[in-house]
Amino acid sequence: MRNGETISIGSIPSLSFNEFRHEVLSDLQPGGRLATIFSLPLPNGRHRLVVVSLDGKEGVLRPCSTEISQRYPSLTADSPQFHLFERELAEQWGLHPVNHPWLKPVRFHPPYAPVPTIFSEDGAVPIPGRMPFFQVHGEEIHEVAVGPVHAGIIEPGHFRFQCHGEKVLHLEISLGYQHRGIERRLTGGPDRRTIHYMETAAGDTTVGHATAHCELVESLAGVEAPLRAQALRAVALELERLANHTGDLGALAGDVGFLPTASYCGRLRGDFLNLTALLCGNRFGRGLVIPGGTGFDVDAAIVSELMDRLNRTLADVKNAVDLLWSTPSVMGRFEDTGTLTRDHARRLGLVGVAARACGLERDVRFECPSGLFRFAHIPVSTYSSGDVFARAHVRWLEIERSARFIREQLQSLPEGPVQVPLTPFKSNTLAVSLIEGWRGEICHSAMTDDQGRFARYKIVDPSFHNWTGLALAMRNQQISDFPLCNKSFNLSYCGHDL
Amino acid sequence: MLKIIAARFRQGFRTAPYPKTAPSLPDRFRGKPIIDSSRCPDDCRRCVEACPTEALRKTGDSLQMDLGRCLFCADCEKICPSHAVSFSKDHRLAVRSRKDLILTGEPLRLADALDGKMRRLFGRSLKLRQVSAGGCNACEADVNVLNTLVFDLGRFGIQFVASPRHADGLLITGPVTQNMDLALRKTFEALPSPAVVIAVGSCAISGGPFIGHPEIAGCPEKNIPIDLFIPGCPPHPYTILDGLLRLLDRLESSSKK
Repeated sequence: MRNGETISIGSIPSLSFNEFRHEVLSDLQPGGRLATIFSLPLPNGRHRLVVVSLDGKEGVLRPCSTEISQRYPSLTADSPQFHLFERELAEQWGLHPVNHPWLKPVRFHPPYAPVPTIFSEDGAVPIPGRMPFFQVHGEEIHEVAVGPVHAGIIEPGHFRFQCHGEKVLHLEISLGYQHRGIERRLTGGPDRRTIHYMETAAGDTTVGHATAHCELVESLAGVEAPLRAQALRAVALELERLANHTGDLGALAGDVGFLPTASYCGRLRGDFLNLTALLCGNRFGRGLVIPGGTGFDVDAAIVSELMDRLNRTLADVKNAVDLLWSTPSVMGRFEDTGTLTRDHARRLGLVGVAARACGLERDVRFECPSGLFRFAHIPVSTYSSGDVFARAHVRWLEIERSARFIREQLQSLPEGPVQVPLTPFKSNTLAVSLIEGWRGEICHSAMTDDQGRFARYKIVDPSFHNWTGLALAMRNQQISDFPLCNKSFNLSYCGHDL
Repeated sequence: MLKIIAARFRQGFRTAPYPKTAPSLPDRFRGKPIIDSSRCPDDCRRCVEACPTEALRKTGDSLQMDLGRCLFCADCEKICPSHAVSFSKDHRLAVRSRKDLILTGEPLRLADALDGKMRRLFGRSLKLRQVSAGGCNACEADVNVLNTLVFDLGRFGIQFVASPRHADGLLITGPVTQNMDLALRKTFEALPSPAVVIAVGSCAISGGPFIGHPEIAGCPEKNIPIDLFIPGCPPHPYTILDGLLRLLDRLESSSKK
C-alpha cells in the first residue's frame, strides 16, 4: 500500500509466526525500516500483531500480520528496530517477547487490558525510572543520574550514564514521565477531543501530527482535502520546520557558549512562529489543520505579509547561522562530536535529521509523498559525517530549501475552498499516514471496527525511533558534551511518551 | 571577529517596547472570550456540546466558561448561531484565584499584585524553577521564549534558575501526569519558603485536553497552593509576561487596565 491509502483488514497478509518473521525481516533487509507495530486483542484471547514496514526506494508500505499468544519469540535480536516496539507491546498488553535482550517498561503505565503487568511479581506497575539500569563495573567507574527534572525549561526524562572519568561508556535513557494516555483514549473515537490530542501529542509538532491525523481520517472517509488546503498545510508544515530548525541552531550555539547566534536565533525562531500565528492566530498552528481541510484561509494581504516577513527573517537567519560556520571555536566543538555511523543509523531505523546527517536519504516527503508533496518537491538534504556538525548542517540546508518551497507555494496557491465535509469511515479498514515533521517521519495508523470507529489508533513520533540513536552517539564522548549531543537530536519526550 | 561585530550591527536592537506600548498580536489571535448569554437562542446547548474540555456550562439561561479548561480552539464560537461566544484580541488573562477563571458576562478580575511581605521579597527579584509535568512543549517553549531578547525577562528581575534551592518560586506546566506527580512535589518541597507558585496553561490549571484521564494526577492545587493562574493552550508569551508583571506590581498603571 502507499502512504495515505487504506486496505481492508481482510487483505492484510496473515501469516504463521515463522513466515511472518521471515517476511518482516526480509522487508527490513535492503534498508527498509519499521514504520509502526501495534497489536489488537482478538476474541479468542490471542493478539493480532500488525507490522508495517516502509520501503523507501519503492515508496511503498508493507503491512503484514500474525496471531500471537501471550508469549512469542522476540525479534529484537534479529533487528534492533524491534527493541522499543516489543517493550511497548509488553507494557500495553502483557505480551511477553521471549528472549528479548532488555525487557523493561517504556512508559510505566498499567496494561490496557485487565492482564497482569509482566514487569513485577506482585502486579504493581513499576515506579518511573526505578528499574535495573545497564551497569558497567570496574575500578574508577562511576554512575551519573540526571532527571527527570532538568536544569533548563525542558520536558522530563531520566538519563543514566556509566562513566570512566569524563568519558561516557554507556548511556541508558528512561522516559515515560510525560505519559498522558493519548493512544488508549483514542480507541472508540474519533470524538470532539481527538484533534486536540493530535495537536498536543507533541506540541512543538502540532502541524505535523495534526496533518498526519487528518490525512489518515480523510483516507478512511474516502475524501481528499481541497488542493488549497493541502497547500496551506504544506506551508504550515515547512514553517514549523523553519521555526524549530532555527531554534535548534541557536540552542546548539548556546551549548558551545557562542552567544551571538544563540541570541539572534532565539528571536528569529519566534518570528517564524509568529508567521504561523499570522495564518491561524496561534504560534504553534492550533486550529489550522482540521479533518477535511484547514480551519483558516488566506487572502492576498496575508500572503504578501507572510512573504515579506519570511524573506526578512530568512536573511537574518542566514546572517546569524553563517557566523557558526566561520567561527573555528564553534566548528571545533561541532565536528567529530557525537558521531553515529551510517550503518548504526540504518540498523537502528533512525529517521529524520538524525538519519539524513548520517547520509541516509530518508525523507517521506521524497520517498512516499502525500498531500501537496506529491506535486511539489523539496530536495532531500543529507550530509555524511554523522556528528553534531552534520545534524546542524542538515538543518541549515533544510531551512534554505523549506523557505524556497514556501515562497513557491505562496506564489501559486491553488484557488478554491479549504474544507470538505467528512463522510463516515470505512469499516474494518487499516489506514497508514506518514508525514515528514521537522524531527522526522510521523506515522499515524488506525484500524476501524464494524462501525468504522477506531479499534486501535497508533502514533509513532520520530523520537520513538531516534532516542536510541542519541544513547549510542554518546558512547566514548565526554559527559560534558551531553547537552550538545542531546540538542543536536532535539527529540520529543511527550511525543515518545504520548 | 569583524564578522561577528558586523552581524551585531545588522541584527539591531530587537527588544519589544512592551510594557510601554501594547504588544502587537496577530489579527487572528484568540484572546479573552466574550460571553453574552442574552444572545443565546432558547434551549440551545450547541457550544456546550462542542467544547472538547467541558469548559462551557449552561445553567438555566446563563452561560459560563471556565477559562482554566478552555483550549481557545473557538469550536464554541464556530458553532454558535447567534454570536453569544466570541474571542477578543485581549491577551490579559492571568488571575490570582481559580474561581476568577469562571467567566460569565462580568469583566475578568485580573491578577492583583502580591501583598506586603511577599512583594517586598520578590517584587524586584524573582527566581523561578520551571517544572514540566506532562506538558506538550508548547507552554514550555512559550515560557522559554521570554528569555529571548524580544521579551528580555531579565530586565524585570525575573530569572529561571537550575535548582529549586536557588528559587523563590515554581512555574508549573503540563497536566501533572501520575509519573511526574512525585517529582513535582519533591521540587516544591525543596523550595525555600515563602514561595510563589504559578500554573501556566490549561493543562496545569485543569488537565486541559487530558481532563479525566487516569494517567493524570490532576490539578496540583490539591497539594500545592497556586498563586497565579495563566490560562491558554498555550498562553501567548505576552499573556504569561503580563501575569508575571501583574503579580510583581511591575506594570505601569496605564497598561494595567
